[in-house]
Amino acid sequence: MKIEEGINKSLLEILKKIREKYSEEVLWFVCFRDECTVAVKKEKIRDILKYLKDTPSLEFDYLVDLTAVDYLGFREPRFDVVYYLMSIKHKHRIRIKAQVSEQECFIDTVSDIWATANWFERECFDMFGIKFKGHPDLRRILMPEDWIGYPLRKDYPVYSNLGEKEWQTYKELKESAKAWKENETE
Amino acid sequence: MRQSDVKELIVNMGPQHPATHGVLRLVLELEGEVVKRCTPYIGYLHRGVEKLSEDLTYVQCLPLTDRLDYLSSMINNIGFCLAVEKLMGINIPKRAKFIRTLMGEMARICSHLVWLATHALDIGAMTVFLYTMRDREYLLELFEMVVGARLTVSYPRVGGVRCDINEEFLDKLYRFIEDFPNKIQQYETLIDRNRVWLKRTKGVGVITAEEAINWGLTGPPLRATGVYYDVRKFFPYDAYDEVEFEVPLGKNGDIYDRYKCRMQEMRQSARIIKQCIEKLPTGLVLAEDALRIRMPASPLKIDKKEIQFEVYIEDKKIEEFIQKFPEVYASVESPKGELGFYIVCDHSAKPYRMRVRAPSFVHIAVLPKLCEGFLVADVIANIGSIDIVLGECDR
Amino acid sequence: MDTVYLIFITTVKTAVYFGILLLHVAYATYTERKVIGHIQLRLGPMIVGPHGILQPIADIVKLLFKEDIIPAKADKFIFKLAPFVSLSAALSTFAVIPVNKNWVISDINVGLLYVLGIAGLGTYGVIFSGWASNSKYAFLGSLRSTAQMISYEVALGLSLVGVVLMAESFNLSEIVNRQNEYWYGMFLFPQIIGYFVFVVSMLAETNRLPFDLPEAETELVAGYFVEYSGIRFSLFYLAEYLAMFCMSSLAAICFWGGWSIPPILVKTFPFLSIIPGVVWFLLKVYFHIFLFFWLRGTLPRYRYDQLMAIGWKILIPLALINIVITSLLKIL
Repeated sequence: MKIEEGINKSLLEILKKIREKYSEEVLWFVCFRDECTVAVKKEKIRDILKYLKDTPSLEFDYLVDLTAVDYLGFREPRFDVVYYLMSIKHKHRIRIKAQVSEQECFIDTVSDIWATANWFERECFDMFGIKFKGHPDLRRILMPEDWIGYPLRKDYPVYSNLGEKEWQTYKELKESAKAWKENETE
Repeated sequence: MRQSDVKELIVNMGPQHPATHGVLRLVLELEGEVVKRCTPYIGYLHRGVEKLSEDLTYVQCLPLTDRLDYLSSMINNIGFCLAVEKLMGINIPKRAKFIRTLMGEMARICSHLVWLATHALDIGAMTVFLYTMRDREYLLELFEMVVGARLTVSYPRVGGVRCDINEEFLDKLYRFIEDFPNKIQQYETLIDRNRVWLKRTKGVGVITAEEAINWGLTGPPLRATGVYYDVRKFFPYDAYDEVEFEVPLGKNGDIYDRYKCRMQEMRQSARIIKQCIEKLPTGLVLAEDALRIRMPASPLKIDKKEIQFEVYIEDKKIEEFIQKFPEVYASVESPKGELGFYIVCDHSAKPYRMRVRAPSFVHIAVLPKLCEGFLVADVIANIGSIDIVLGECDR
Repeated sequence: MDTVYLIFITTVKTAVYFGILLLHVAYATYTERKVIGHIQLRLGPMIVGPHGILQPIADIVKLLFKEDIIPAKADKFIFKLAPFVSLSAALSTFAVIPVNKNWVISDINVGLLYVLGIAGLGTYGVIFSGWASNSKYAFLGSLRSTAQMISYEVALGLSLVGVVLMAESFNLSEIVNRQNEYWYGMFLFPQIIGYFVFVVSMLAETNRLPFDLPEAETELVAGYFVEYSGIRFSLFYLAEYLAMFCMSSLAAICFWGGWSIPPILVKTFPFLSIIPGVVWFLLKVYFHIFLFFWLRGTLPRYRYDQLMAIGWKILIPLALINIVITSLLKIL
């Protein structure tokens, strides 16, 4: 379906501008419920985002959200890193998606452009295992530091008995509690 | 003593600490009383809401959102419902819109009251705590009257609200709201011009407008710096475009301005509730087409024509892919800031991916910036002033 | 024979005095909870006995039977010693405090200096507990407490110099008698600056709000006694309340004329002389105790550097000015 009349004009303008500037990078546009998504290649993501932030007529100065989506089995490359930008001055929002494959599971960091991206990128790494090149402090954030696996990937089970793969620290903790209890009763 | 013998004292504040509002852990490197470095560690309350929701239907996800920011669960629910409604294109009846606005503002007052109570308690003013709890109790009882639950309400539904409200409820609420500005006055007499309070809060934890935007702050912490951004005004949802209210702004971006902003916000909330009661229309409270997602849910029916796109690469599969995964983002102005829900849908009964953009998460990230170079006591004041809920931060 | 008699009578006096004192302390906790309760729209203890009147007894019994926990890494000897140091320092001050004419255990000539000196020893208990607990919070709390007590002792001492200058004596009974020689019967009026400095430093010395930094619950959890439990914890608590009583008594004696009634009042209302001096004294003490509670109910907490600034930049200069003014008046 082609983009028709009826969608927000100002958003259409923004799309055109990005398309003119980075015609090689842009893969597709989607408009759904007055929200625009631009899918791009990951190589020049920093340039694109910087352009969006610094161009006066766009001025996307606010990074609302940064996350990833896993399309395992539906598309190759499987990950999308999603940047949701907003301009406080112009009151518009746009979504930029960069494609990341499993084999080359990294993308450039934007944490020096927006400070708020620092923790978002850490979370993204924690949950999806996507590495952010140039990130100052890429550690796990929500999961324990010695956790194995990336929970929000689609091949990570929601409910399962992990058995051998159980979290090592928890196992140790259980054992030490057990030993302590035995000690106590004696 | 030789220079090399001088070491910083590392204090582990939390996860069990009375002033970290839950299970936040801060590792402070102290030089005397001065904080040299502050490193927050989060994740102690991580329950995997995002992962769990991928295995639940849209309706089953709703109670999960209660557990995010448990102090204003109503607004969490509204945010999730808005996202799902946007995704499915459901128009909700006008009465439901007004009820949601009204309930949302009640939740905002509740949350701000808890914030004021704990913030004042952290700084040492104990009496405010019990004053605010008195009023919060009244509101919680009103929630209980309609919903049956006090804290985790799950009252809004996709397509409206669960049940209608009655005259008695409105009557009680109206009486409360009439009196509420006086109550705020009471709190303010306790701390507003108190010299100790001013000394503790003015000029502490300052953040400028540019930094605040760069760090992604939203809600009162952003507005205290003077940036005009409120989701309710920028992207109005529910009945916010039909009621009049102002967005209080601060100037200096310090703890005192954040405090002032929230106090004014409570007054505005009272104003909104009053207008909602006066303008409350009659009619249905649940949209008729909302029944499409009854439990156990049937697959969604999103008209593929609504997804408009242009593809610039030669790939037949891409078109199918785009049509298979429509995505929406809906945000609400929660008491903490902008609470957003980003949902990717695959036309089945369950969200393919649900992402919660939690304001507390963003606000904790800025803590080191606020605290470093100040004293230990200011760390506590800062944690209180940015108003975090760890349930929301860790998800 | 005389010596034996003296020892015997002093022991009996001490026992009676301290028995009554401890009862007062127990009920001061009850009063505090009631007062704060009513300030904060609640009732305070209501369950044990009518209006919770037996609550302090129940608390003591509970604390006595609690498990005594000593942290594994604590320095055990000092850890056990610390509460006793605090408590004995707090208790010893009362040896020289007269509650009525000649109602005093030991009427020594340097009473005021003795009180200040012994009260200062209480700091050792705090340092010991903070150090021995081997916990960072306790350590920080004790450091804060030490710095605070040392700096405010200066202000406290200086604020009393004016009183000593006017009374020309360190003996507490003598100070009271001297006040009675003036028609207004209280040093409060000529020494109003001194009194102000005294009250503020008194709050800081006893670690009460708005200066309760050493035990700030929300910052340092409970400060220096965070690792203590059961009876040892209650000893610290006791010492804190005894210090409050000590400071209040000092305020009553040095500024409010102790057990004496201002002569002008007796002249106008002769029936006032029927009231025993001890009642008058207790009224004055409890006024100050109430002041402690009242401030706790209303004020937030100062920050550490602000507290120090108040001590060194405001209170000490004020006290010095007071001394200068008093001496000038004395010469003139």
